Amino acid sequence: MSATVPGPAKDMTAAVALGRRRMRVNTIVKVCCVTATAIGLILLASILFTLLVRGVGGLSLTVFTTSTLPPGSNGGLLNAIVGTLIQTVLGAAIGTPIGLMVGTYLAEYARDSALGNTVRFVSDILLSAPSILIGLFVYQLVVSPFGGFSGIAGCLALALIVIPIVVRTTEDMLTLIPSTLREAVIGLGAPKWKMIVLVCYRVARQGILTGILLAVARISGETAPLLFTSLGNLNWSLNLSKPMASLPVTIYQYAGSAFQDWVQLAWTGALLITAAVLAVNIAVRALLRGGK
Amino acid sequence: MRLAATALALGLGVFTLASQAQQITGAGATFPAPVYTKWGEAAKAALGIELNYQAIGSGGGQNQILNRTVDFGASDAPMDPAKLETGKLLQFPTVMGAVVAIVNLPGIATNQIKLTGELLTGIYAGKITKWNDPKLVELNKGVTLPNLTIAPVYRADGSGTTFVFASYLSAVSPEWKAKVGAATSVKWPAGTGAKGNDGIAATVANLKGAIGYVENAYASQNKLTTVQMRNNAGEFVSPTEASFSAAASNGDWGAAKNFAVNLIDQPGALSWPIVSVSFILLPKDPKEPARSANVLKFFDWAFNSGDAIAKGLEYIALPAPVKAAVRKAWAAEIK
Amino acid sequence: MSATTATASRRSSSLGDTIFATVAKLSGIFVLAVLGAIIAALVIGGSKAIIAFGPGFLTSDDWDPVHESFGALVPIFGTIVTAILALALAVPLAFGIAFYLTELAPKWLRRPVSTAIELLAAVPSIIYGMWGFFVIVPIMSQYVQPFVIDTIGEWPLIGPFFQGPPFGTGILTAALILAVMVIPFIAATMRDVFETVPAVYKESAYGVGCTTWEVMRSIVIPYTRASVVGGIMLGLGRALGETMAVTFVIGNTNRIASSLFGPGNTIASIVALEFPESETGSLKLSSLLALGLVLFMIAFIVLAISRTLLKPGLKA
Repeated sequence: MSATVPGPAKDMTAAVALGRRRMRVNTIVKVCCVTATAIGLILLASILFTLLVRGVGGLSLTVFTTSTLPPGSNGGLLNAIVGTLIQTVLGAAIGTPIGLMVGTYLAEYARDSALGNTVRFVSDILLSAPSILIGLFVYQLVVSPFGGFSGIAGCLALALIVIPIVVRTTEDMLTLIPSTLREAVIGLGAPKWKMIVLVCYRVARQGILTGILLAVARISGETAPLLFTSLGNLNWSLNLSKPMASLPVTIYQYAGSAFQDWVQLAWTGALLITAAVLAVNIAVRALLRGGK
Repeated sequence: MRLAATALALGLGVFTLASQAQQITGAGATFPAPVYTKWGEAAKAALGIELNYQAIGSGGGQNQILNRTVDFGASDAPMDPAKLETGKLLQFPTVMGAVVAIVNLPGIATNQIKLTGELLTGIYAGKITKWNDPKLVELNKGVTLPNLTIAPVYRADGSGTTFVFASYLSAVSPEWKAKVGAATSVKWPAGTGAKGNDGIAATVANLKGAIGYVENAYASQNKLTTVQMRNNAGEFVSPTEASFSAAASNGDWGAAKNFAVNLIDQPGALSWPIVSVSFILLPKDPKEPARSANVLKFFDWAFNSGDAIAKGLEYIALPAPVKAAVRKAWAAEIK
Repeated sequence: MSATTATASRRSSSLGDTIFATVAKLSGIFVLAVLGAIIAALVIGGSKAIIAFGPGFLTSDDWDPVHESFGALVPIFGTIVTAILALALAVPLAFGIAFYLTELAPKWLRRPVSTAIELLAAVPSIIYGMWGFFVIVPIMSQYVQPFVIDTIGEWPLIGPFFQGPPFGTGILTAALILAVMVIPFIAATMRDVFETVPAVYKESAYGVGCTTWEVMRSIVIPYTRASVVGGIMLGLGRALGETMAVTFVIGNTNRIASSLFGPGNTIASIVALEFPESETGSLKLSSLLALGLVLFMIAFIVLAISRTLLKPGLKA
């Protein structure tokens, strides 16, 4: 700025020096930013590399075809994988409709009402509530009174994590729909609920699906809410009223065991769950981009 | 929505598939879970009895059997006799385990240095802080102890191993007993915590001068550097199967009510001082006698044929006279 | 919108509409009920401890399971210190990443780099724990901590913060891993709010000869300050409640450590580590639930602040 102002030679030198210093500061900041980004990328690479190095060695068909067995019996992770699938799918199945309806309520019925604002605030609190508290809550509500850890308690804990995620994306997506579209549909004489279900949901389909998939990715890797709810199970069991195995909890328990084959399974499980979660996240991004 | 409906149907579908064949269920301590499940695997072939064991922790095991939600409970600590009485439960031992101290000292081989209970207590109380402390040097003549700070490591998670180790420190030091005591987690005066056996082993491996305690199975499987301990008889012993078994056979089983024997700091020149027993809790008035009978059949088989499996996993099998006494109790107490 | 609603309901106040609206509203109320129930469950579960210790629960630094004396001070301290340290490490890095993504990176590189950073947020927290314990802890224990203890540890004033045995675990390591975990959240929020700055402001600043950094410092940051702080608070919320990763490296020691290398605990980590071996109905279990209540209150306050700071319409 001052460099452009003509002046005596002394000022000129000062201005040039100032200009140089400004450029230098700018370069330093730029270098710092590139370094920061590089650090971020290196961290991700380091995590993936660690999992690959330690996990790939244990990958074999047995991992997917055999349940967890005692040490030395060449066990796999089948019960943990299936348990995670069941609990994730059921958790999402319970949480999604509720989240969808809450998101609809916030976007279509209660944009500015006091109740709507309260629900929105509370939902955002649940969104960031420490997941271990959700586990403690379900323990108090289901496990403790009904006399035992169970798969269904795990599903409920996961469902409670799903709800606020789905609420957030559903509301955001429905709010993006132009009101002219709504007015046109209502103008045709359609009842409001049909307008929402047939038109708004369809328009916002991709965004809502994204939210659900992100929620699924999130809960499939959760350990803390399952520790005191579905607990984990060493045996093959599909009984939802009994403790149920899950991949994250099995990893948590096996990583600390004395037996090398169990430790290896923990790392292989860690690789599997991370690969699956990241794949879902990347797929969601591709889906979103395809829609735009 | 359709996805949700399908998922729910799938969930209910598999729900009904769960089999109910000749199954016995147990829940409790995590420490014996590997050996119980390994026995279960072998017994399924030999007896046709399928064991479903849930490692939910000793406290959980006691609760579950008091509420009769499982066929048997398992606990690393003996149950309170009054609770046994009111809960109409029979308590009997199955296997034993040992806790060992591990160290990271450059140039020092496994079982090369010697420790006493007093010194171990001093280390974990933060009173002995250097490896070349005169007391340690005097005990270990012939070994050059480095000028390193002692860094004690303990279990960060609540654990039966901590209970056993702290019980030993309480047994040898009245001061420890009064100030700290023994439980699944205690108020450690010094050092740092690490999660699980692996956490302790890795933390000790990372830091020269560190000392930790782990289940013998873990130390043995991972070839960790252990130390000799002075036992109740004043002799120094290495952690070996022989010294563990010696402690077990020197235990005063006869005098122990409900088999609640204390194997910490037992007499005998060969006894390893830190040994613990794992217990099974069984209803004396089973609702379904057939299932209880299967539980007894299972453990009878394990007593007969399971010792090799237990040893393979670094557990200590019960001495023969104890097994006989347990069988007698079964016959007398279970209707 | 309310006008549309009114017309709509007049035109066709069918049964379907009533049912749908009711179900939607009930779902909303259900969410409120869940929050209420969570608080109620923690209060009931923790009541035994609250009655036994009273307000002293919050100020006692004792945690002695053998003598059944429990206090929340050390976990509260550890929770706040690790979270704040994590932010101190994460905010500059996240800012650098956001700055790079919005102003410096070539167009073709923005999306892949952005995605990679966001993937950091998707990695399950137990994986962070294992990675932290097996990769970061040995580096800390064998290289970073011995070096720092021998250099900075000898300095006056700040020296005592960097002393003690180099376990590799402890408060600083926990903060480091928490920092990695919250970077993607803060960076994503910053990137989003930086992009809301109207191009015309930036262009006029460039027009008078400002460097990229000057535009950032004098235009973008002042314009987005409140939202940036809101995003940071959101990251703080994450760091406060993180459980599994912290359990691997914190050391679970109930002492207020004088050194950053010393062990400590956080509310979430002590609950996860000690809950499984706590007996039903015991004072210890009740104390853990009461700790959960304290954590909830802290998270609640932080989120309330972040929401008021984040401009409406901008969600992380």
